[in-house]
Amino acid sequence: MSGLRYVYAVCRPFGTPLSAQLTGVAGVPPKQLTHHGLVAVVGHVPEEDFAERPLRAHLEDLDWLSATARAHQNVIDALTVVTSPLPLRLATVFLDDSGVRTMMEQREDAFLRTLDRLDGRVEWGVKVYAESPEASENTESPEASETTESSENPDSRPAPSPAKPVSGRDYLRQRRGQHRAHEEKWERAEEFSRRLHETLSGYAEETRIHAPQNAALSHAPGRNVLNAAYLVPRSESEAFVELVDRTKDDSPGLRVELTGPWAAYSFSGEDS
Amino acid sequence: MTVVERREIALVDLLDRLLAGGVVISGDLTLRIADVDLVRIDLNALISSVNEQVPSPWGELE
Repeated sequence: MSGLRYVYAVCRPFGTPLSAQLTGVAGVPPKQLTHHGLVAVVGHVPEEDFAERPLRAHLEDLDWLSATARAHQNVIDALTVVTSPLPLRLATVFLDDSGVRTMMEQREDAFLRTLDRLDGRVEWGVKVYAESPEASENTESPEASETTESSENPDSRPAPSPAKPVSGRDYLRQRRGQHRAHEEKWERAEEFSRRLHETLSGYAEETRIHAPQNAALSHAPGRNVLNAAYLVPRSESEAFVELVDRTKDDSPGLRVELTGPWAAYSFSGEDS
Repeated sequence: MTVVERREIALVDLLDRLLAGGVVISGDLTLRIADVDLVRIDLNALISSVNEQVPSPWGELE
């Protein structure tokens, strides 16, 4: 058969068949390739897009990368419903089925160990943002009207913007004050994140801190101060989500975002 | 504070996992692309593809 083999994940055999409607990268439905006690979830992809040179060029194209990442995630998501998959890095491409089988054979022991470690676990992502002072001073901002919680606590709101400076000295004093408030705000945000991470780590089997996200790509308001992933048993996920949810009352000017459940992307390393 | 649970997955969250997570397999069996550490396609590289003032880090690999 022609084409290359795009491998999404390695799993233990799972009883339920994947939906016939499920499509993956390049719009191709994924298939299962069984070898000994392992299943690789594989899609046939065209050489014109996935051979080394075109793939490299495509990976620099944000639209292509985005579509491919979403298609990859679509397959992993479907797998997560029926099993605890071990996801592979984006764009892991083999020449043919026999290459996939050989790889599975070579890594069989490590795969089985990792699959045992991840069995029944999911990953949750938790991010903390310090909302920008500009946004919080502007009481007419759309965020302010959405956050009904903060109206319970009017004392915690930032002081109204100081009056227009009348002299250079006043101006400098104001600037110093703003600078100090800014510093204190970051310190508070970091301290909050540290405590939150400590608390959440107590409920997670493993944790991983990702680099803070770049606002230019995320378009998320505020500065990302914590970007962490937690490996949590499915059975304890509800409690974990509630725990994150409870942090909402803890600190003004901060925003916590929860994502998941994800397949254990951040915990697939064999070194742990 | 607000806790936001988004239904639509943000691309950056996805890329945190797909480019920095997942099992890395490289060697004779895979295409050479897998030998290139995909973490190098970091967010700055992506921004450079949108915003051309920043040179692409892939230039040296071509």
